[in-house]
Amino acid sequence: MNFTEITKKSFNTVADYILGNLQAGEEANVNLHAEESVFIRFNGNKVRQNTTVEQRTLSLLLQKDGKTASFSFSITGDETEDKKRADQWLAEARKECALLPEDPYQVPLKNNGVSDSTFKGALLSEESVVAAITAPAAGVDLAGLYCAGPLISANKNSKGQSHWFATENFFMDYSLYLGEKAVKSVYAGTHWNQKEFEANLAQSKNQLSLMDRPKKTLAPGAYRTYLAPGAVAEMASMFSWGALSFSAYKQGNSALQKLADKEKSLSSLFSVRENFAMGLTHRFNGLGELAPETLNVIQKGQLQSFMTSTRSAKEYSVEANGADGGEYPRAMEILPGSLKEQDILKELGTGLYLSNLHYLNWSDRMNARITGMTRYACFWVENGEIVAPIADLRFDESLYDCLGENLLAVTDFQAVDPMVSTYESRAFGGKKVPGMLIKDFKFTL
Amino acid sequence: MLDLQRTLNQVKSDADWVSLRQVTEKTTHRRVRDEKIDGNSVYFDQGVMVEVLVNGHFGFAGTSDLTESGIKRALGKAVAMARSGSSQKVHNFTTAQRPQAKGIYSSPVIRPIDSLSAKEITDIFVDATKAMKVSDKIISRSAGTMIVETSFHVVNSSGSEVQQNFSIVSTDFSATSGGPGETQTRSDNGGLARCFQVGAEVFDRADILSRSKRIAEESLELLSADNCPDEAMDLLLAPDQMTLQVHESIGHPLEYDRILGDERNYAGWSFVKPEDFGNLQYGSKLMNVTFDPTIADAMASYAFDDSGLKATKEFLIKDGVLVRGLGGLESQARLNLPGVANFRSSSWNRAPIDRMANINLEPGTTKFQDMIASIERGVFMMANKSWSIDDYRNKFQFGCEYAKLIENGKITKTLKNPNYRGTTVKFWNGLKAVSENRETYGSPFCGKGEPNQVIRVGHTTPYCLFSNVEVFGA
Repeated sequence: MNFTEITKKSFNTVADYILGNLQAGEEANVNLHAEESVFIRFNGNKVRQNTTVEQRTLSLLLQKDGKTASFSFSITGDETEDKKRADQWLAEARKECALLPEDPYQVPLKNNGVSDSTFKGALLSEESVVAAITAPAAGVDLAGLYCAGPLISANKNSKGQSHWFATENFFMDYSLYLGEKAVKSVYAGTHWNQKEFEANLAQSKNQLSLMDRPKKTLAPGAYRTYLAPGAVAEMASMFSWGALSFSAYKQGNSALQKLADKEKSLSSLFSVRENFAMGLTHRFNGLGELAPETLNVIQKGQLQSFMTSTRSAKEYSVEANGADGGEYPRAMEILPGSLKEQDILKELGTGLYLSNLHYLNWSDRMNARITGMTRYACFWVENGEIVAPIADLRFDESLYDCLGENLLAVTDFQAVDPMVSTYESRAFGGKKVPGMLIKDFKFTL
Repeated sequence: MLDLQRTLNQVKSDADWVSLRQVTEKTTHRRVRDEKIDGNSVYFDQGVMVEVLVNGHFGFAGTSDLTESGIKRALGKAVAMARSGSSQKVHNFTTAQRPQAKGIYSSPVIRPIDSLSAKEITDIFVDATKAMKVSDKIISRSAGTMIVETSFHVVNSSGSEVQQNFSIVSTDFSATSGGPGETQTRSDNGGLARCFQVGAEVFDRADILSRSKRIAEESLELLSADNCPDEAMDLLLAPDQMTLQVHESIGHPLEYDRILGDERNYAGWSFVKPEDFGNLQYGSKLMNVTFDPTIADAMASYAFDDSGLKATKEFLIKDGVLVRGLGGLESQARLNLPGVANFRSSSWNRAPIDRMANINLEPGTTKFQDMIASIERGVFMMANKSWSIDDYRNKFQFGCEYAKLIENGKITKTLKNPNYRGTTVKFWNGLKAVSENRETYGSPFCGKGEPNQVIRVGHTTPYCLFSNVEVFGA
């Protein structure tokens, strides 16, 4: 059996064992995150470090007498050992429930149905990865990470709910360098195609050749600016940082408070939705609840829905909409507009073309103001012609301006920004975003 | 319980060198909001990283399957990794990068963490959020902790055996007040900035209640405060903001793996070049920075890094001149420069990389009150709330929770929404006074690496005064 098959058998055995051993008055929710990953790190088109990781983490949420305890632990695939661990942590969870006060916003578990999806990919064999990447990149200064392997999320609860989602995917997240000037790309999917990767690499090399001119240093100020999808994706990630969470809004920490309170608005060109039909991640959340396939979040500049978990829904007496406990978008799509790719430089005229942004943070949360840096292939454009790469600039800009009345156009195409986060474990999902043309984007340093 | 040494003796390999690093970690989160339970969770994680040297290249394989067959399977994968990587290796490494090490380290704990029950901690937090209820304008009150009990156990084929046990507690208290069109949050020295190697003694009820009341009052005070002005002036930073300033504009740019370009595709590069060591006037002559893993309760104190290098205090910047960088034995070999014992991994499932540990600013000679008295017009900022710096660690912009205006040598009023921006070397060369007293803070979440890793860092710093800094408000 392969990793996915062993893990499925193991999860079903341990989860059923836990759920079958619950006592009267107890309910439980069991989650699994598992992966078998190859990580190969490149610098200078050489291998800096390569690692394989095999991990399976089970999370048990026990509800008893109005109290909630949550325990996570690793399982091995060995039935005897895994049952022993399950016994140990179930006993600990019971002890914790006995000690703690009642949980006022405990969500009663429900049966949200059954799903079972396994997607098989076609990945490079571990021994062939190094040559597949370094050979076509010969002579180029390449840095980045290749990551691949099976990735699994599963859920069961004591009400009979059962979800299984397994996929085999990869990403090659890389940048190419010409001295200190660089371009960035990601090749990601479920079926590695060497020709596609080489085409992706060739496109990056072409873009790098545009960087082979002296850098232009610009004074701080407001510039007409095109944000390519890579830059928009970085900005969109801020919506996951306390901006669209209903509980953050209720606790005074949402950056979109003034939008929600209708003190401010965004451009009618700007619409955001959750769209699980993109197929980037599974619909069930940590409690096994199914999010709607699509959910309008911001429509034509007006806030339609905060991300609202069942816990927040109980606390604030509102409707939940399938959000996970963290209340951030899991399948974000910014809707396209009408600006055609071939018209971008012409419509930009004179200004900045920014491919990527870096290290964003709220500089004034109440006014949805963000600071951050330009990064990678960013150019000065004059009269619709690329003139020179720019020295990095710091921006400090409110969403109410750049996505408000200063948003001039949105492209008619979108790009997928796959999730490449690997903190503790590999993440699911990604975003789909267009490019945006903005007037008077403010740079400060 | 896995017998690591016995397992090492039993597994057979044709690798030139083999190491097993077992990490066992229990992380407990407890949170109370508005006097009610807001979450309790325990995450128990354990696994082994098998590391081998083959053809001058280190290969890694991590597994949570701690059976003998699981370790053997991981060993086979590590050898395959090393073999495939060695065809295009970045450097020809040897066992010189894995010195023999023997020793034990334990966090300095006064009261074991399990001497306090979940209920006792929760009760303190309920009372802490009650103490924050100083006005109807306080709209959210929270208290939380993250308790980490972890052990790193390493054995290898050169005869090393290192056992390091850490007891780490981070706490986080905050109050948010709301007025027309705005909210203001004040926390306990910044989000999770109070993180230390300690035991249950850190949950001192009287001290926590006193701090909780103060931050609620200060949150309220901010609602009616003036905005920070927009101008260039003197800037006095408290240690809870200096922590971030040191971390971002000294710690990261001095990491050798950034200088070598390993991090270029993720965290970024560095403006520092290898030839800058011994030459670059990084800051004014008042600036003395150390890598110091010996501070008793600081987050990143330890005896050995993951390569087995003994951790010792080293000067990184002396009298303002850059003298040494943050690189373990692999980076030292690649750069041919001296470094420090900072080759660290976040857990059993990641390979070690160059990380910060405790990066500290050494104390000066100026009394705090004399610093205030010396300022004609300036702002005193406390507690970080916003951070952003470019991928070369040059152009930064940081925001704080709370500030005071200083006019003619006296603190005159409270300011809200304080921010400042600058460029690293110019900023540090504007350092014009360093206090004689220091405070220790840190972060449990310094992110870096591909694959990504978070690591714990500590920073012990004085109050520092900088001249001619661009400050601004909302």
